[in-house]
Amino acid sequence: MKSEIQLAFEKCRKENRPALISYTVSSDPNKEKSLKILKSISPHIDLAEIGFPFSTPIGDGSDIQTSSYRAIKNGFKMRDIFQLIKEYKKTNFSKPIILMGYYNMIFNYGENKFLKDCKKAGVSGIICVDLPWPENKNFAKKCKKESINFIQLLAPTTTKDRMKKIIRDSHDMVYYISMLSTTGGKLKVSPRRILENYKKIKRINSRKNVVIGFGITDKTIKPLKSADGLVCGSFLCKTITKSLKMRQNPVTKLDKVCYNLKNKIL
Amino acid sequence: MSLKIKKGIPLIDQHDKNGMWGGKFGGSFVPETLKKPIEDLEKLFSKLRKDKSFIKERDYYFKNYVGSPTPLIPLNQITDHLGGAQIWAKVVSENPGTAHKIYNAIVHCLIAKRAGKKFVCGDTGAGMAGKTLAMVAKKFGLKCKIFMGVKDIKRQKPNVDAMKKFGAEVVPVTSGSQTLIDAVSECMRYWVSNCLKSHLVVGSTVGPNIFVKICGYSTSQISRELIVQIKDEFGKIPRRLKLLNVCGGGSSSYGFWSSFMDYDKRQVEFVGIEAGGPKKSKLHAAPLTNNSKIGILHGAAQYVIQDKDGQIGLTDSISAGLDYSGISPLHCFLKDTKRARYTSATDEEALSAYKLVSSMENISPSLEPAHAFAEAIKIAPKLSKDTVIIVNSCGDSYKDRDIIKKRLGSYIR
Repeated sequence: MKSEIQLAFEKCRKENRPALISYTVSSDPNKEKSLKILKSISPHIDLAEIGFPFSTPIGDGSDIQTSSYRAIKNGFKMRDIFQLIKEYKKTNFSKPIILMGYYNMIFNYGENKFLKDCKKAGVSGIICVDLPWPENKNFAKKCKKESINFIQLLAPTTTKDRMKKIIRDSHDMVYYISMLSTTGGKLKVSPRRILENYKKIKRINSRKNVVIGFGITDKTIKPLKSADGLVCGSFLCKTITKSLKMRQNPVTKLDKVCYNLKNKIL
Repeated sequence: MSLKIKKGIPLIDQHDKNGMWGGKFGGSFVPETLKKPIEDLEKLFSKLRKDKSFIKERDYYFKNYVGSPTPLIPLNQITDHLGGAQIWAKVVSENPGTAHKIYNAIVHCLIAKRAGKKFVCGDTGAGMAGKTLAMVAKKFGLKCKIFMGVKDIKRQKPNVDAMKKFGAEVVPVTSGSQTLIDAVSECMRYWVSNCLKSHLVVGSTVGPNIFVKICGYSTSQISRELIVQIKDEFGKIPRRLKLLNVCGGGSSSYGFWSSFMDYDKRQVEFVGIEAGGPKKSKLHAAPLTNNSKIGILHGAAQYVIQDKDGQIGLTDSISAGLDYSGISPLHCFLKDTKRARYTSATDEEALSAYKLVSSMENISPSLEPAHAFAEAIKIAPKLSKDTVIIVNSCGDSYKDRDIIKKRLGSYIR
């Protein structure tokens, strides 16, 4: 049986456009609003990444850090994220969910219990920032057993040989980090260079759905639209921060921003 | 994997193929971007360790620049005052940079040179690692960036001034608790973005496996000197020897103990003293003493202060250098194998130990080693006269003069 993630990509391919993948942090700015945000952006996106915030995120730049700290300050607990997904999945236009976070939270929760609760809530994929290959082999296998995608990351520093091995152990989706940076950095590499690396990955295995993330904003998204998917995270988190500062409603703000992003890649 | 220390092999090399000690501490839990730079560093370091010219160069700088060995001195006044065990100090604070941090800084700068890197970046808590790295980088012609929490910049100003004097850029870290833990995070983030041109210097035996190893390899110089000095002084290793060392990240204590690892613990006991924090506070920086759970922090599995959910917990200590939620995987392993014993001293105990040592003896330990002196003061009266306690006095009090003045009314040197 094809996974929800695979089906989402196939649908986009038929429509001749990349998948738009959002990233927002669970409980940011609070429990209720993070659900509302997800619901409001759902019509524009194809997959939703949801972050479980961690106090010491070494891979994240200031925008996602701000969102994470805000969520933790507002009392985020791991059980909240499963509650959020369950609620979200009840809506009939819900999109496949990918959980993203740091290994300490999973380790603490217990890998098996975490996967069980993911399955129960209806999670389709998992990205773990600081559990690289081959350290993730065991966990990735467990995910597969539960029919949950473990999404491997590739970076500009990943050697070709390593890429091949990682892709061999990957499931339906692979995440390419566009540049040497934490999340939310200014895109300092040309789209052409990024797409060259992207094609290298596709040449290793063209059946994998390869998405590009890091540094994707309304300004940078368009030239990358030939990819299978594009992840927009820090830009959304920053929008939440900004609208809170200006006393605007982040829900309607994000709705607009995602609508715009989608239009740029049609 | 069995929880047993092997004899004849440095502890830093007793990890499995995943980089873990005892199958559960350490490892390299890093973002994919850092995998390649870390692998390159691992390869280079394992090559350099066997390279005679590299070792010669290291030893040259240890001897002529650091001025090894640092003195081992008896603290006769305190010994007489307390009665009981003989108390000695290994005065590592005599080093340039007034701490043990210079060994790690030199080795890292030598590696950076061989790797063809022109930039080094490092984290610092008390500013000892930062100051020393700035100094050594300048000597080796490397540009240097130091990440330091804003709270620490305020409380350790003399060291910040020194870093700037040596030409380093001090990057204030405003995230989280604005102390060492956030400085380490921010420094790692910087390295993620700049891993091709700059070399990362983790300031203690923490972080991904390779940084634990390089730091432990470097600070081992302390016990290499000490074992010779003890034999010179006593003719042999005393029948009852206790090596007391403060533990923040754990670099000085690992270095202070490593050459004695294979001795029976009934003969050579290791005592690690963590930061107990303010007497009346629940906060501390003592994950080993207080049986914290295992977690993953800054790329390594370790005992770490965290809440039920896995969020890293806040710490509190009068010593900026100890204000860290985690602890070296090496010490987690030493705890579980029971080779070392861990305890803690409060801020107040450290302050009064500082006062006693500085007023009675010719040394003035910083508040970090003052934690270890506090334990010596506690246990010495109960021990026999043929017991030898050696405390690693691994930092000088000058950097703490403002805090000491505020807390004790006056600063004694």
